[in-house]
Amino acid sequence: MTAGVSVRGVSQRYGGALALDDVSLEIMAGEFVVLLGPSGCGKTTLLNLIGGFAEPTRGQVLIGGKDMAGVAPKERPTTTVFQDYALFPHMSLAENVGFGLRMRGVAKAERMARAEEMLALVGLDGRGDRRPHELSGGQRQRVALARALAVSPDVLLLDEPLGALDLKLRRAMQDELKAIQRRVGTTFVHVTHDQEEAMGIADRIVVMNGGKIEDQGPPREVYMRPKSLFAAGFMGEVNRIKVKGGVSALGMMAVPDGVLCIRPEAISTAGALRLGPCRVRDAAFFGGYVRAHVVPVAAPDMVLVVHLPQGAEVAEGQVLDLGASAHVVL
Amino acid sequence: MRVLGWIYMALAYVFVFLPVAVLVAFSFQDGRLPVPPFQGFSLRWYEKVLGNDDLMAALGNSFLVAVVSSAIALVLGFLAAHALARVRLPGSVLMRGVLIAPMTVSYLIIALGLLTMFGAAGVKLSLWTVGAGHVVINLPLCFAICFAAMGDQQRSAERAARDLGAAEWQVLWHISAPMLAAPLAAAFFLSVTFSWDEFIIAFLLTRFDVTLPVEIWSMLRSGLSPATNAVGSLVFLVSVTLVVALELLVFRRAK
Repeated sequence: MTAGVSVRGVSQRYGGALALDDVSLEIMAGEFVVLLGPSGCGKTTLLNLIGGFAEPTRGQVLIGGKDMAGVAPKERPTTTVFQDYALFPHMSLAENVGFGLRMRGVAKAERMARAEEMLALVGLDGRGDRRPHELSGGQRQRVALARALAVSPDVLLLDEPLGALDLKLRRAMQDELKAIQRRVGTTFVHVTHDQEEAMGIADRIVVMNGGKIEDQGPPREVYMRPKSLFAAGFMGEVNRIKVKGGVSALGMMAVPDGVLCIRPEAISTAGALRLGPCRVRDAAFFGGYVRAHVVPVAAPDMVLVVHLPQGAEVAEGQVLDLGASAHVVL
Repeated sequence: MRVLGWIYMALAYVFVFLPVAVLVAFSFQDGRLPVPPFQGFSLRWYEKVLGNDDLMAALGNSFLVAVVSSAIALVLGFLAAHALARVRLPGSVLMRGVLIAPMTVSYLIIALGLLTMFGAAGVKLSLWTVGAGHVVINLPLCFAICFAAMGDQQRSAERAARDLGAAEWQVLWHISAPMLAAPLAAAFFLSVTFSWDEFIIAFLLTRFDVTLPVEIWSMLRSGLSPATNAVGSLVFLVSVTLVVALELLVFRRAK
């Protein structure tokens, strides 16, 4: 029902380009892992290697402890939810969902019962005789999910499954995905470039860039304590201040050498790490917070992004004495 | 100007359909010759034709050759199109060109080539040899139609089917072919009509069992008769039925 995935020293070369560069990753059984990164970072390539749609140029992929070299997609204990859904337009929803079982020689009555059960899991019960073209995008996505889960794979691979949906539907579907994963217990490997989606569903986020893994960990850790500047920037907005020998453009700072990274919401008038007086250049009410651009008095060329509490009343030109409650130096 | 347009259209239709209309009209001639004046309405030529065992045998042969050769051409064309659309092969452009090339060769040349080859190989002429000839002329057509219809939608559905455990033949049978049902049917019906009407290859590659066009030709050699008109009308009726069926079954549904 569920199995771990072990990626060991995998490289993938397409022509002259290196899509994956010596990547190693251990995924535990039942874990919800999100591969996050910009397009071209190698996340989809990695997913294809796990699914068997490509063979690595170098390295090994193991699923449930078994080496998958030379094993075709149909023989692997994985199924995939594709970005374009890839439903079979000439089959009813029940036939779509039951297709994998049909290929495994399961009798019609049994697979239809299973199809109905899977459609119920994704909230489409009683619609098994509809055709894919009668459905909305979100419903098609659910059918694709039910179809992939119907064969009880050990590992479910999701290739930007929510990419084609509008924002509101995407947020609703991601909650549902998470709930379904908890219920079925299957290992989910999910690819996306949306860091909010990643944080919303992942047990562990794997941030990728340029064919390498930049950082990985639970959402909180990757967001709060990123291990690279790229990961810090990709996970959300960040203010970067260069520090050398305890000195930055803002003055003396008791932090090690490197780039001081501070999230906008970590800056307030409290905050242990003092940034000194800053002049408000502009401010706007964003609902949950007040977003302001401030210019430190000590460094007129620098602009910091600050998220102040919802109730904060700031005026343009006002000088605030700001500090950071959390930071990381990279 | 509008009137001129209508007249032009009417003339064009008359030009195309007058010969057929005359043929059909004089098949009902109550007389010995299918020429004016029209001497009265009679179904006796149809009676004669439908009672002619040679003609009926030729009709059956034509049907058999058309259906079997078209089915073979369709399967071969579909498989070739699928492979060339899906798999990256060295020289695939050349292979595509060579597959379509027989379209540009005249039927006479194809028939002569096959005749020589069958002669050299010691194959006796029969309905099978005509069928082989019709596969040769219809394969490029089936291939071209199937190849043009292969799209990315099928490609991703095929990928999903493989992912769900389908073997390669199951992908073709359960996914690729049903998704291409309309173009496959179009290719099949077109092939059947071409084979049904084809004369030169059928004439040169048959001996004792002949197809309908060859039988009609031998009837014509003994002079004009409303009987040939009746046969022609029947052939025309079958072709029209096929085209209408194609339109209703395939193109309507595709919309």
